[in-house]
Amino acid sequence: MNTKSLYQEVILDHNRKPRNYGILDNASHHAVGHNPLCGDRLDISLNLSGEHINHIAFHGESCAICKASASMMTAAVKGKTRADAEILIQEFRDMALGKLNLDGHHHLGRLTVFAGVRDLPTRVKCAILPWHTLHAALNSVTTTSTEVTDDSMHAPVDSAS
Amino acid sequence: MTPVESILKPQIVSAFDVERIRADFPILKLKVDGKPLIYLDSAASGQMPQPVIDRLVSYQTTQHANIHRAVHYLSEIATAEFESARRKLQHFINAREDREVIFTSGTTDAINLVMHGYGRKFIGAGDEIILTTLEHHSNIVPWQMLAEEKGAKIRVVPINDAGELLLDEYEQLFNEHTRFVSVMHVSNALGSINPIKQMIAFAHARGVPVLIDGAQAVPHMKIDVQDLDCDFYAFSGHKMCGPTGIGILYGKADLLEQMQPFKGGGDMILSVTFEKTIYNTIPQKFEAGTPPIAAAIGFGAAVDYLSEIGMEAIATHELALLNYATEQICRIPGVRIIGTASLKTAVLSFVVDGVHPHDIGTLLNQEGIAVRTGHHCAQPVMQYLKIPATSRASFAFYNNMAEVDTLVAGIRTAQNVFV
Ligand SMILES: Cc1ncc(COP(=O)(O)O)c(C=O)c1O
Repeated sequence: MNTKSLYQEVILDHNRKPRNYGILDNASHHAVGHNPLCGDRLDISLNLSGEHINHIAFHGESCAICKASASMMTAAVKGKTRADAEILIQEFRDMALGKLNLDGHHHLGRLTVFAGVRDLPTRVKCAILPWHTLHAALNSVTTTSTEVTDDSMHAPVDSAS
Repeated sequence: MTPVESILKPQIVSAFDVERIRADFPILKLKVDGKPLIYLDSAASGQMPQPVIDRLVSYQTTQHANIHRAVHYLSEIATAEFESARRKLQHFINAREDREVIFTSGTTDAINLVMHGYGRKFIGAGDEIILTTLEHHSNIVPWQMLAEEKGAKIRVVPINDAGELLLDEYEQLFNEHTRFVSVMHVSNALGSINPIKQMIAFAHARGVPVLIDGAQAVPHMKIDVQDLDCDFYAFSGHKMCGPTGIGILYGKADLLEQMQPFKGGGDMILSVTFEKTIYNTIPQKFEAGTPPIAAAIGFGAAVDYLSEIGMEAIATHELALLNYATEQICRIPGVRIIGTASLKTAVLSFVVDGVHPHDIGTLLNQEGIAVRTGHHCAQPVMQYLKIPATSRASFAFYNNMAEVDTLVAGIRTAQNVFV
């Protein structure tokens, strides 16, 4: 277990000064993510122009891991196509669950600072919640939860009770 | 040394040899990430001393067979040991008779037993059940299920900001529809010790029976069910040096006799034909199937161990830990203790400005410190206090003052990560 690598400067910085924090007026897509086990709540709104994510914003109550993950996620997907965002969502999820070969080909870049959560099963959900919520927003599901079990996105995540 | 340290430390050494006690707990020698384990999560589950571990092993290696069923040597020994464990538990809580002590799988199971056995028989449409804001989910959900099934209503005793029940409001909840009161003795989330003796007397004066969820009380203080005069008292083995999978429902014999069985099966019957089954007498009526025999015997060994130390000595040491930890944590700027009832067990729930409890939990874990973070299965308390979660350090008699110091240092380290 190497929890030290989780609270790296990048993560602490994004927690302190989250990027794209706030509410988007006239959002075309919106979703609220909720982790009932720890009370974390995250609101994501975005504007799609054609297939591109033009604007994205988030706000909510959460731990540092979740907030930094949301902040870095919004920075990463802004300007990208919906399809590219879905690829990142899949890769991030695989990384958090320890199923991604970090040395292989992927698009995560600096997002690999979150790789350490794979050793902390109770914190995996904190890191994934923003991505889960983005997935829901892109697919116009307006509320979601880390406990939605019929969603393949979350079935493998361990319970954090 | 701080003034508090100099007052408390010498006293403890003379009254109670915590280091000798710690030597009984093999798990306390564990290292986490190279750091000595500091176990401050005993409210979730306690650790097991060597004599209890030894008892489980000796039972399993020399005494195991099924109970109440065969005439052979092992079955008779296992039955005798199982029933002897029941009597140890009886004496530990001062129940009048051993048949008033029912083995369950834990507190949750015991509460569900009363819900099914008593509630479904005696509570009906329009009847009211009184609970409190402090309750653990296990003392909320079964009653909600009953209320839904029967069309009964749940009334909730409110708390103040310190985490104390409002007794006046409790008394005002009673009316001609009140049929049952179910209340926790000690809050797992905040540590508040509730004035249950008074609450029981008030309910009894109106002919209403009372169940006490004692999961967080029995490990920390002397319990006398006859003195309390409660109708039911539920608790778990794993929170008091015993194994998981075993707990107790104490119930007054006359009530238990009127109740319907909860589970059907072997051991709970006197005779079975397809036309009619005659139920066994208490306690067997409520103990269907093969029980966790080893766990029950281990539970007996656990209360032997606790009795030898003495519940008064345990309570005194834990109060000193609570006072010292409260004092030390109050001195950290930006840290707020949640739950400041005037009577408390050694539970410290706290929040740190600008740092989410989950981050505190992970950062403390880096220092080898085990605390619980989250809502502690008590979401209504968190909703009342308007906080999503807390970090909770819960102490047991095997914790020492040095561990409090490590906790305080760990909280400061966590704060520094976020400045
Ligand atoms: C106050 C209280 N009641 C009930 C329970 C449930 O106990 P168990 O999980 O052993 O059934 C707990 C344990 O967390 C508790 O703290």
